[in-house]
Amino acid sequence: MSTTTAIKAKQRPGDRVFSGSAVFAGSMILVTLAAVAIFLIVQSIPAFFATGEDASILPTNFWAYVGPLVFGTVWAATLALIMAIPVSIGIALFISHYAPRRLASVLGYIVDLLAAVPSVVFGLWGIGVLAPAVQPLYSWLVDNLGWFPLYSGPVSGTGRTILTAGIVLAVMVLPIMTAICREVFLQTPVLHEEAALALGATRWEMIRTAVLPFGRSGIISASVLGLGRALGETMAVAMVLSASGAVTFQLLTSVNPSTIAANIALSFPEAYGMNVNVLIATGLILFIVTFAVNAFARWIVSRRKEFSGAN
Amino acid sequence: MSKRIEVRDLNVYYSKFLAVEGVSLEIEPRSVTAFIGPSGCGKSTFLRTLNRMHEVIPGARVEGEVLIDGNNLYDAAVDPVLVRRQVGMVFQRPNPFPTMSIKENVLAGVKLNNRRISKSDADDLVEKSLRGANLWNEVKDRLDRPGSGLSGGQQQRLCIARAIAVSPEVILMDEPCSALDPISTLAIEDLIEELKQQYTIVIVTHNMQQASRVSDKTAFFNIAGTGKPGNLIEYDDTTTIFSNPSVQATEDYVSGRFG
Repeated sequence: MSTTTAIKAKQRPGDRVFSGSAVFAGSMILVTLAAVAIFLIVQSIPAFFATGEDASILPTNFWAYVGPLVFGTVWAATLALIMAIPVSIGIALFISHYAPRRLASVLGYIVDLLAAVPSVVFGLWGIGVLAPAVQPLYSWLVDNLGWFPLYSGPVSGTGRTILTAGIVLAVMVLPIMTAICREVFLQTPVLHEEAALALGATRWEMIRTAVLPFGRSGIISASVLGLGRALGETMAVAMVLSASGAVTFQLLTSVNPSTIAANIALSFPEAYGMNVNVLIATGLILFIVTFAVNAFARWIVSRRKEFSGAN
Repeated sequence: MSKRIEVRDLNVYYSKFLAVEGVSLEIEPRSVTAFIGPSGCGKSTFLRTLNRMHEVIPGARVEGEVLIDGNNLYDAAVDPVLVRRQVGMVFQRPNPFPTMSIKENVLAGVKLNNRRISKSDADDLVEKSLRGANLWNEVKDRLDRPGSGLSGGQQQRLCIARAIAVSPEVILMDEPCSALDPISTLAIEDLIEELKQQYTIVIVTHNMQQASRVSDKTAFFNIAGTGKPGNLIEYDDTTTIFSNPSVQATEDYVSGRFG
């Protein structure tokens, strides 16, 4: 009767249990993400149309409130990455290609340990050690290089500026970025390294022709992960930065933009009514910014896919 | 262009392990010399000492002399980077740089060394090198495509083009055909025949037919047992090695009665 019955493979219990649990685990990530997104959106909608009369923390409307915060968030994270990317690539290259093997593994552990330091501790360190230490340098920069817009004065007396927050953030994102870069650099095929050396490349030229191009997508992934952490970092920024909510690129003054995450942490305990919705809405904006940054980075990686070495 | 290689009493070590012992031989310019022998007998290790690629491996070192036109490669004042620019190398598995186009691959060695090269000179050099590697007709319409998109045999010829683009004196080939099919192998062998007009070529091969087809002289390496160093057993004209070798071990090996 049915000559076209599909042939069915025998179903073994082990296979079914495994595929069932894998599918469950995979769908949980989507469910969690959807639950967070729905919560954020539902709670945010009233805030988008709120005015200063509805919520006391709003100056005029929501967008005027969140704008400087978005700026501060992106600016602080950018500063952190500008400092962290070259340093982490350098450390990773040193560990993977320059250091003697024993020193390399010790260094690797130390960098990983750095990732285990709680962010509150980084915040304390930022306030207690870093800010006083860099303040004289800031004064010097303002006095001598004040003509450069980023360094214009008046200098902050405490050193708790956006640049200090950026440095703390850079130290915090360094371990994860270094770890990823190191892993990628270590996986450079020996074949390609030897190809470069056999052409008469010096060690640095070998790294430039074989290691860095091979690790490019890894470097970008590392930067995105670091950026994600820097964008969302709360405690350290809340503690270190003395924020005033201004939009300014000046690095060394006491007038600094705040970041979304730090602002939520600082304002939430006293928030009530519509103010809570406003803060949650800023959280949604942070979610979107992080998401956009991720998508952008993935697009960069995929643009030259056929040259990636994966084929 | 091509130079004479003279090796005197060379011992090759990996840390404390003596991998190749007491090799002395002379390689004439504009000739093809084949190294044959069982796996692990040190022929590749020895080959890599001829352009100081051996010392890339941590702990690796040599004793003895390798003279290229009378200059010792292992002299204290000699920069290994400059040695490798004179003595090019082609590896067992094709290894074009995956992130570079075909054209960039050919120019990779030239662009090292911070040499500036005008666009027209670069185009000429790319064409000349690819023609030299018998690859030009196959890739001339897709020079900007990734080198990793070529077939294995084409990739290997691209690597040869990359090696000859820096105009070396000597080209070392470490089993260049072992990952290739018979047709691609034939293409490489034909190419070796042509390259020998200009370059001194040293090739390691597991394929004895290949050694007898392409080489003028053949060196047979052997190893007394695991953990023992490899030795040069016999070095002579290829025809002699394959028809009338003077050492019994060589005869056993080339006639397939080894072991």
